[in-house]
Amino acid sequence: MLKFILRRILVMIPQLFILSILIFLLAKAMPGDALTGQLASNPKMDAQTLHELKQKLGMYDPYYVQYARWIKGLLHGNLGMSIIHQTPVTSLIAGKMWNTVLLGAAVLILSYLIAIPLGIIGGRWTDTWADKMIVGYNYLTYATPLFIFALLMLFIFGFVLGWFPTSGSVDIRVENGTFAYYMSKLNHLILPALSGAIVSTTVTIQYLRNEIIDTKIKDFVKTARAKGVSESKVYTRHIFRNSLLPIAAFLGYDIVSLIGGSVFLESIYGYPGIGQLFLTSIMQRDFSVVTALVMISGLATLIGTLLSDIILSAVDPRIRIE
Amino acid sequence: MKAELTDQKQPKVKKQKKQHGVLSIMWREIVKDKLALGALILLGLILIIVYGVSLLLDQDKIVTVDFLSIYSPPSAEHWLGTDYGGRDILGQLIIGAKNSFTIGLCITLLTGLIGLTVGLIAGYFGGRTDNIIMRIIDFFLILPTLMLIIVFVTIAPKYNVFYFILIMSLFLWTGKARLIRSKTLAERELDYVSASKTLGTPDWKIIIREVLPNLSSIIIVNLTLNLAGNIGIESGLTYLGFGLPESTPSLGTLVSYATNPDVLENKWWIWLPASLLILVMMLCINYIGQALKRAADARQRLG
Repeated sequence: MLKFILRRILVMIPQLFILSILIFLLAKAMPGDALTGQLASNPKMDAQTLHELKQKLGMYDPYYVQYARWIKGLLHGNLGMSIIHQTPVTSLIAGKMWNTVLLGAAVLILSYLIAIPLGIIGGRWTDTWADKMIVGYNYLTYATPLFIFALLMLFIFGFVLGWFPTSGSVDIRVENGTFAYYMSKLNHLILPALSGAIVSTTVTIQYLRNEIIDTKIKDFVKTARAKGVSESKVYTRHIFRNSLLPIAAFLGYDIVSLIGGSVFLESIYGYPGIGQLFLTSIMQRDFSVVTALVMISGLATLIGTLLSDIILSAVDPRIRIE
Repeated sequence: MKAELTDQKQPKVKKQKKQHGVLSIMWREIVKDKLALGALILLGLILIIVYGVSLLLDQDKIVTVDFLSIYSPPSAEHWLGTDYGGRDILGQLIIGAKNSFTIGLCITLLTGLIGLTVGLIAGYFGGRTDNIIMRIIDFFLILPTLMLIIVFVTIAPKYNVFYFILIMSLFLWTGKARLIRSKTLAERELDYVSASKTLGTPDWKIIIREVLPNLSSIIIVNLTLNLAGNIGIESGLTYLGFGLPESTPSLGTLVSYATNPDVLENKWWIWLPASLLILVMMLCINYIGQALKRAADARQRLG
């Protein structure tokens, strides 16, 4: 087991290295930079100061020097300065990161809360009307793009019915740290989290349902029935235990899709997280923030798939042999 | 039970194969499934209307700004009202649907071609070739695709539709390559491939004439389901402002007007029809794809 994990981590290192080179080259290829953009708007900026600033920031150094400096900073947890915000990128991201993590966790929890019962019902009572509704629900949510669903939810529950706030992550009038503050945060979280969760239940429901249907006819289940185990115990003790475990392995892959989803969710609900920060930064050409965010997302994706592989191999020993 | 089923099916399938190709088996499955047939007819109607009307439409007239009728609600003159520039929504909807579908189709075909070539080569030759290709695909899997597509779109020097298709295809071929590779790996172990090899048939001939036709049903299913996904991704990116350039409006362009809270809350006729059209098209294509998927698997067919 330890050997398997170590090997997986070893594979990660060259992947991260190539990713960092790719991102660095992309950053260099971005048209214009945040400083030149200020030339027109900032009266204190003229061509001479611009030139000096660029020299000070090392923008004229050869590429490999700049890359080495960037990587060195990265390893020290220094992601550079945001030129637009005039703050270190690290603190800029840290401020938004928790909002995104909170939203992601809420999406995950809600999606499992919806998917697991539905998958179990569909698998246990196959071909009943409830199962048919679940299959229909699955078709619908599988085909619906996240951004359209989120927009419709915002329109219906945010504007037409007015049940939930329509933007932001917390009411600015409430004092930080009070009970009302946390309630307001929760209130702002429900709608985006629910939109994200409903669209991402498909895989779990389908997997669980198929898994239970397959397990139902296996010999050990027949043996249990023949021994006289009650029907509900056959399900809770024998079938669910077998079918539910692999679900845990989806966790890592879910992290991967959450990153892409957060960009849409945060932009639609005006939720201040890293997805929104990414979009505004790229529009303002603040590319030190952009590169940092892409790098962090790549790392999170890597860790997510690693996590899934480890859980999967812990649950199913056959995978380790490969 | 299982053995019995396969025993029954074997002669039947063989007989059908002589009479019908993959396509007619798929067609029968769709006709048997009333909902899938309905989806196919609805999608066909939408496409005929969209492509037919867009031939007749005067595109210049639609994109011309008319300040006298800004944000006018649906009326006899403008069936679906107008946008902030007084432009007709219905006309934009039709052009947008045409662009979205065409571009989704182009991306699907291009990624299909790349994925198929790479997957067949990796799966058929195996060994070192397969190893190298799989390492590259593994690398693509850890990329934060959506963010990188946005970055690529931003840095493209002369950005146009052609670039957009290329950028999307660059990131979306890996899933297909993996699927085709795993199926080819299984196919290559079968007797007919070794028989052909012994007879001295060149590799490329075995791949194209023998392995490829056996994978055709899987490919068709995968391409259909991907088409729906690609239309979704394209309109989503356009919604964010990183998709099609403004000269080629897509359905996502209309939906993106809803980023303005006033439009979202009070002017539903601008963004809602486009959203629903995306939804309906994706549902139809997905439903057809699911029926084809059943047709590709003899055990699941309805008839």
